[in-house]
Amino acid sequence: MCSSSGATAAVVSAAVRKYADIPGGLLPLLHEIQASLGFVPRDCVADIATGMGLSRAEVHGVISFYHDFHYQPSGQNTIHLCRAEACQAVGSRKLEAYVKTRLGIDFGGTTTDGRFSLEPVYCLGNCACGPSIRIGDDVIARVDADRFDELLDSL
Amino acid sequence: MSVVKIFVPMDTTACALGAEAVAAEVAWQASNREVEVELIRNGSRGAFWLEPMVEIEADGDRYAFGPVNRGDVAGLFEAGFPGICQHPLFLGKVSEIEWLVRQDRLTFARAGVIDPLSLDDYRQHGGYRGLNNALAMSAEEIVAAVTESGLRGRGGAAFPTGIKWRTVLDTPADQKYVTANADEGDSGTFADRLLMEADPFQLIEGMTICAIAVGASEGYIYLRSEYPKALRVLRQAIATAEAARLLGNNIAGSGRDFHLHIRVGAGAYICGEETSMLESLEGKRGLVRFKPPLPAIEGLFGKPTVVNNVLTLAAVTTVLAKGAAYYKDYGSGRSRGTLSVQLAGNIRHGGLVEIPFGASLRELVEDFGGGTASGRPVRAIQVGGPLGAYLPESQWDTPLDYEAFTAVGAMLGHGGIVVFDDSVDMLEQARFAMEFCAVESCGKCTPCRIGSVRGMELIDKMAKGENRPASFVLLEELCETMELGSLCAMGGLTPMPVRSAVKYFQQDFERGVER
Repeated sequence: MCSSSGATAAVVSAAVRKYADIPGGLLPLLHEIQASLGFVPRDCVADIATGMGLSRAEVHGVISFYHDFHYQPSGQNTIHLCRAEACQAVGSRKLEAYVKTRLGIDFGGTTTDGRFSLEPVYCLGNCACGPSIRIGDDVIARVDADRFDELLDSL
Repeated sequence: MSVVKIFVPMDTTACALGAEAVAAEVAWQASNREVEVELIRNGSRGAFWLEPMVEIEADGDRYAFGPVNRGDVAGLFEAGFPGICQHPLFLGKVSEIEWLVRQDRLTFARAGVIDPLSLDDYRQHGGYRGLNNALAMSAEEIVAAVTESGLRGRGGAAFPTGIKWRTVLDTPADQKYVTANADEGDSGTFADRLLMEADPFQLIEGMTICAIAVGASEGYIYLRSEYPKALRVLRQAIATAEAARLLGNNIAGSGRDFHLHIRVGAGAYICGEETSMLESLEGKRGLVRFKPPLPAIEGLFGKPTVVNNVLTLAAVTTVLAKGAAYYKDYGSGRSRGTLSVQLAGNIRHGGLVEIPFGASLRELVEDFGGGTASGRPVRAIQVGGPLGAYLPESQWDTPLDYEAFTAVGAMLGHGGIVVFDDSVDMLEQARFAMEFCAVESCGKCTPCRIGSVRGMELIDKMAKGENRPASFVLLEELCETMELGSLCAMGGLTPMPVRSAVKYFQQDFERGVER
């Protein structure tokens, strides 16, 4: 069993039951756990492996391969900042520097108050109207330093 | 007063520019003023420079206003909206907006016109005619039509679709699969996203036609996690198609079964590579597979599998609805049909431009794009995503055609065009190409995994002006190793943007000492 609390273990075992018989079900399973808990508890890897008929190495391998999956909880709001070329062409490098200074964190970091995490993203498909960021499921277009401040204040 | 139809787009870009707030404000103003309206959330027509573009229907025509911000809505109503009215944001009849009129829309004909989630709308605008025709044809005939149309894979590799389908059809197996590669990770591209958000049934219909042609009963859409809106639209559209018996068992009473699933990626660019995508669909790390065996012979779960880009599958509906000859009639040379160009980056009139192959890059960027958003001169244009070449002005007359681009050491890829003005530092862009490869490499082969890191280090040295002549030689040798020794296009094509930056913008690499 997960050494995590009962509630966490229940989320994990429910997800395992749901996806155990689905071909290639590990990714949707991890997405579901992460959507519920905000991260994938490291001490549940063994249970996931057993339930899915995989080795722990295989499960860890998948979690560590994909940028979306995390062993650590993220901040209350994750800000994805696009670093790709179309956004670079309209000033995302400058925005990136500003955002890092404003939040006082680098990519992969979380503010000390736990409110914001910052992650890089390589394209949000909003390339005609960059620089783009994503907060939760919302993409925001034409973000500059002022717009970023406004957005931050509204969260 | 009769009920007026008002259309406010719901696609990602329109919403990123405030369309949700505009829709809410339109509804609120209308109810406040006791104007009876029907608010329809259409997809975008892809004229992103005019978004949020609000449309009304009057006398059987559509009229547009844009770009509309929330703060403009009250003023619009004061001026007589939702009627045809004089207002600075009034754009006239949509059918007369030149930027749209000059396009030849086959795949994106319905985008922005219909309610993406209305199956009735889809059918009234020509949807499911392709499938109906396909159901009356033999598998051989369907594959022959796709082959005859000259359709080539729109994901970037431009492989003839008919040949791929033929291979799957001819490979005997107890189970076959159809997969849509919707892992649209190239920067500067959004055509797949727009299609899925604005006209999702077209992808579903295209996949169903493919399934019938090759004898597959299961299908997967591999959608990147960066597209949450497309995910919601697709889920709803699939449920609607299932309820209408256009998916599931005994499709449209044909006796054929096709079950369609969505799988969401997890933020890995490499999973847009077809074999990496198959690994990911199987629930594994997205490591690239050796080829052969081809996915068409041993693909998903070891079974014959069609892997096609979203736009390829969508185009099939046109081929089957209107005939191979109709589709083939568009285009130039061996590039048949239409190309969905995405104008992106520093561009004044950015968005989706669907035109026959053959127009020049300059026409696209200057005539459609209207130059840069910043108003400064264009310096470099990157075509074909992060693995595509940066082209200087001397190359802008190259026609948009797969072979013509290959001939100048570039590639058309998925049709993304990213414009940079004269403030761009091409050394930085070359370094980023290596950095992106280092971040997104699956790690299976050494030239890609290690070469990209060495490339970054080398370009950093060049930036400092260290040992410059030797560095150029070393960088070229590194590029050659990556190009020839990598397992897939990630490491194999990363040299393309790097080399083009060095070749055409060498001065940016020679400022070294002063940097």
